[in-house]
Amino acid sequence: MSTRARLAAMAAGTLVLLAGCATPALRGSGDLGVVIERAAGSVQVVSNSSNTMLARVDGLGDLSHASLVYSRDARYVYVFGRDGGISKVDILAGKLVARVMQAGNSIGGAISSDGRIVAAQNYSPGGVKLFDADSLALLADIPAVGDNGQPSKVVGLADLPGNRFAFSLFEAGEIWVADAANPRAPQVTKYRNVGRNPYDGLASSDGRYYIAGLYGDDGLALLDTWQPQAGVRRILDGYGRGREPQPVYKMPHLRGWSIAGGYAFLPAIGHHSVLVADNRSWQEVARVPVYGQPVFVMAEPSGRRVWVNFAFPHNDTVQVIDVPTMQVVKTLKPGRAILHMEFTARGDAVWLSSRDDDKLVVVDTATFQTRQQLPAANPSGIFFSWRAGRMGM
Amino acid sequence: MKLPSCCRTLTAKCLLLGCCAALFISEAVYADSGIISPAPQRAAELRHLLREDCGACHGLTLNGGLGSPLTAVALAGKPADSLVATLLDGRPGSAMPPWRPFMSESEAQWLIQQLQRGMTP
Repeated sequence: MSTRARLAAMAAGTLVLLAGCATPALRGSGDLGVVIERAAGSVQVVSNSSNTMLARVDGLGDLSHASLVYSRDARYVYVFGRDGGISKVDILAGKLVARVMQAGNSIGGAISSDGRIVAAQNYSPGGVKLFDADSLALLADIPAVGDNGQPSKVVGLADLPGNRFAFSLFEAGEIWVADAANPRAPQVTKYRNVGRNPYDGLASSDGRYYIAGLYGDDGLALLDTWQPQAGVRRILDGYGRGREPQPVYKMPHLRGWSIAGGYAFLPAIGHHSVLVADNRSWQEVARVPVYGQPVFVMAEPSGRRVWVNFAFPHNDTVQVIDVPTMQVVKTLKPGRAILHMEFTARGDAVWLSSRDDDKLVVVDTATFQTRQQLPAANPSGIFFSWRAGRMGM
Repeated sequence: MKLPSCCRTLTAKCLLLGCCAALFISEAVYADSGIISPAPQRAAELRHLLREDCGACHGLTLNGGLGSPLTAVALAGKPADSLVATLLDGRPGSAMPPWRPFMSESEAQWLIQQLQRGMTP
């Protein structure tokens, strides 16, 4: 036997040993993601290097509206289900490791800047609850009773630096900032009369600005957390003035990906356009006509282009806006009912979920060609692990 | 749709009991309401619309979200006519949009009837 053959035989033996061993091969989680399968109450763990599913985890309850946040080591996700459940999933092991029911009707959550507090935002009973990220033990309950004395649904929960959380009260029209330096006794600052029916909110990726979209008013509400004493002000006021609003068949979603390259890209409510504001002066700089009511308006990580999906009945379409020219440069029809889009960490690909075609579509952002299609049961949100290190995600 | 006679009898019994899922009913007329069921394929489309697109605000299980719950309990005692009007023309001042572009008046009546009878989409 030659030396080379002996080495090969030894290597093969080692592989057999490894395969027979109970410990799985070590791997990182930086190229992993989690996809919500909304009807089945399950999630898929996927790899955006191999474009494959690695595991499916079920038993997560009602995920008809679900979102998740990552632990800061990007090993765990906390999945917030519609039924008020929080499920902690180990994405490397592909296992559900903890689950609590914490409300009757929930909408999403956030994780603190130190990674130790998980916050859930609830519709019923309306409020925010804080949990220990390790054990999911309840730390504090912040009922969302507005100035009007009525409980409100909580929308737009986002983490801010210094273990703070910002969120909005749908019925009361308020923005609250909870400082959870002491997570058992959070201190809440309340901004009243910010506008009618905030439907979602976002924190900029530097954690400075918090913006709430308003369903009931023609504009958005902005809080500069570097100047909290200045209060909340209206931006893009009257963007729909003089135009008949169109019906909104699905509420847009806001997150920190809307702000890139000196601009904020925001969905107009009731108008088929994307509003573009300068992200220091907050003056409108452009208004890009698009195919339908935008739902997600997401800048590529480079900020060079912005991808938009749409509400029913235009949800078979995705459009791409070129930032320097502020024009739509591509219209894609990737599948029926495109609910969500997620870029890989550096934006070489975007993953799309097609609810009604039961598939995920991986699109190359340089060529717009489909790299891969993967089966998924009624998929909605796609969440990649780069979120673990990002504020407002 | 042609059904074997045994099925037709079964359908009639279900109608009588008022408990049959719309699955087995086509172009049937509810004796008590005069509401016409859509053809099976259209009924399936409407159920899909209800589940996915109404469900975007009212919840996939219709237990409510940003929109109010649409369960039989939640809708009990509300006049069907005003629910049909809300469905078709929306509710000004709220986030409820008009669905008239996507369904006929009789389809809206059927959907409301199904919801009030506790249909789960």
